[in-house]
Amino acid sequence: MKLSYYPGCSLEGTALDYDHSVREVCLTLDIELIDIPDWNCCGASSAHMTDHEVGMRLPIRNLLLARELGHNILVPCAACFQRLKAADRALRADPLRWDVQEYAPDYEIIHITRFLAGEDILQTIHSAITRSLDDLPLACYYGCLSLRNPHITGAPNWEMPDTLERIVTALGARPVDWSHRTECCSGSLTMARPDITEKLVGDIAVAARRAGAQALVTDCPMCQANVESRQVCKIEGEVCLPVFFATELIVAAISGHYPESQQKTHLISPEILRGTLAENATVKEESL
Amino acid sequence: MDKTVISPKTRNRKFLHKLEMRNVDVHACYQCGRCSAGCPIGDYFDMSVMQAVRLAAYGQEEKLLQSDIIWLCAACETCATRCPNNIDIPGLMDVLRELAVRKGVPADQQRVPAFHKSFLGSIRRWGRAWEVGLIAGYKLRSKDYLGDMGLGMQMLLKGKLKLSPHAIKGKTEIKDIFSGKGKEYDR
Ligand code: SF4
Ligand code: SF4
Repeated sequence: MKLSYYPGCSLEGTALDYDHSVREVCLTLDIELIDIPDWNCCGASSAHMTDHEVGMRLPIRNLLLARELGHNILVPCAACFQRLKAADRALRADPLRWDVQEYAPDYEIIHITRFLAGEDILQTIHSAITRSLDDLPLACYYGCLSLRNPHITGAPNWEMPDTLERIVTALGARPVDWSHRTECCSGSLTMARPDITEKLVGDIAVAARRAGAQALVTDCPMCQANVESRQVCKIEGEVCLPVFFATELIVAAISGHYPESQQKTHLISPEILRGTLAENATVKEESL
Repeated sequence: MDKTVISPKTRNRKFLHKLEMRNVDVHACYQCGRCSAGCPIGDYFDMSVMQAVRLAAYGQEEKLLQSDIIWLCAACETCATRCPNNIDIPGLMDVLRELAVRKGVPADQQRVPAFHKSFLGSIRRWGRAWEVGLIAGYKLRSKDYLGDMGLGMQMLLKGKLKLSPHAIKGKTEIKDIFSGKGKEYDR
């Protein structure tokens, strides 16, 4: 299978390791990723929040480049996904409004988690793992932009999604039931109002801990950076929870290794994953 | 909010027209409060989300532009997703922020627009957002020189920050987008 790939700016910077894990998972699944040539930033929140035209025209340029390739477009970043989907919708409705003669490509814009949680792909992943994540209790954290607004994202269960849960279950981990799966972590305010972000991230971490989780797992590069960097553990003996990317866990379970270079990318110690892999040398024969 | 005087005399029809053009139907609001109830940042706003929607329906642009709600809203889309009348509340916030920027209304929360400006500056320059450059730009604009120094160093040491920007080939196309090409018909 061939897919066009839109990594987005985060995956070139703070979430470079996310990019590597996505590429590695796709390699295992025999999916060829073709980077959209000369792609530009989707504008993220800052563009659509302060300049509608720029906020639409930036992602539109990417879509027109992707149209040349023709394949479905795989997007690992939740913000990029939402912006590309919004632009795609506006462009289909009225291309001339955006100075495009016609626009009716038959590709789909696919968010990574919904793609990986597909039945067949999940089966393939499940049969490829060499180390089970052995009941590791994980809080699946979706955040906002891969789900909302569903008019734009097309997410079928925006209040009760289960794609991340399905993925971590296939890896042998145990998703916990908890309250803050789709709450906002206020990534767009993290630099300007760290006080607000600390409060929101704190609430998320407390809820995950209350449910018994030992780590969080997400697919959003802003959430990952934000929830690790703004988590403060004030109470004595309280452990901060690391935030893993779903693809990072897939790579670890398939390879059976969690290399030092990958551990180093975390601002909060990811020891729990290293320990789980080390302890658990055999895969449990379980059906999905 | 207690001394707010709302009168048809202060109703801004151009603002209401702009909302209509963007399909933000503020008049459909029946003040049920679901938007306010689910908003994660609501505690920090100087008015509630439902108040903002009602003020917009009354055309009270000026009051809204001075409120910090427009800069603290994180565009999380929780309100719009839950609104029984499908009102595009984040779309309302987008329109208000854009007007505040165009009209040069000084923001109480000056650091937030400073961040957006730095972010967009980076894209305008390189075609992609380059974190190191935009953080530096933000520090200068917001005068928040010392905040997050430790975090920045930690990120740098962990190799999480790209040291030099990547300029895309289509830089002129990006420049055109920012200079308002296509916008000539006054949108
Ligand atoms: S949820 Fe919708 S209808 Fe209810 S108060 Fe908010 S904007 Fe009005
Ligand atoms: S989009 Fe803004 S107003 Fe709506 S719930 Fe999120 S933060 Fe609150």
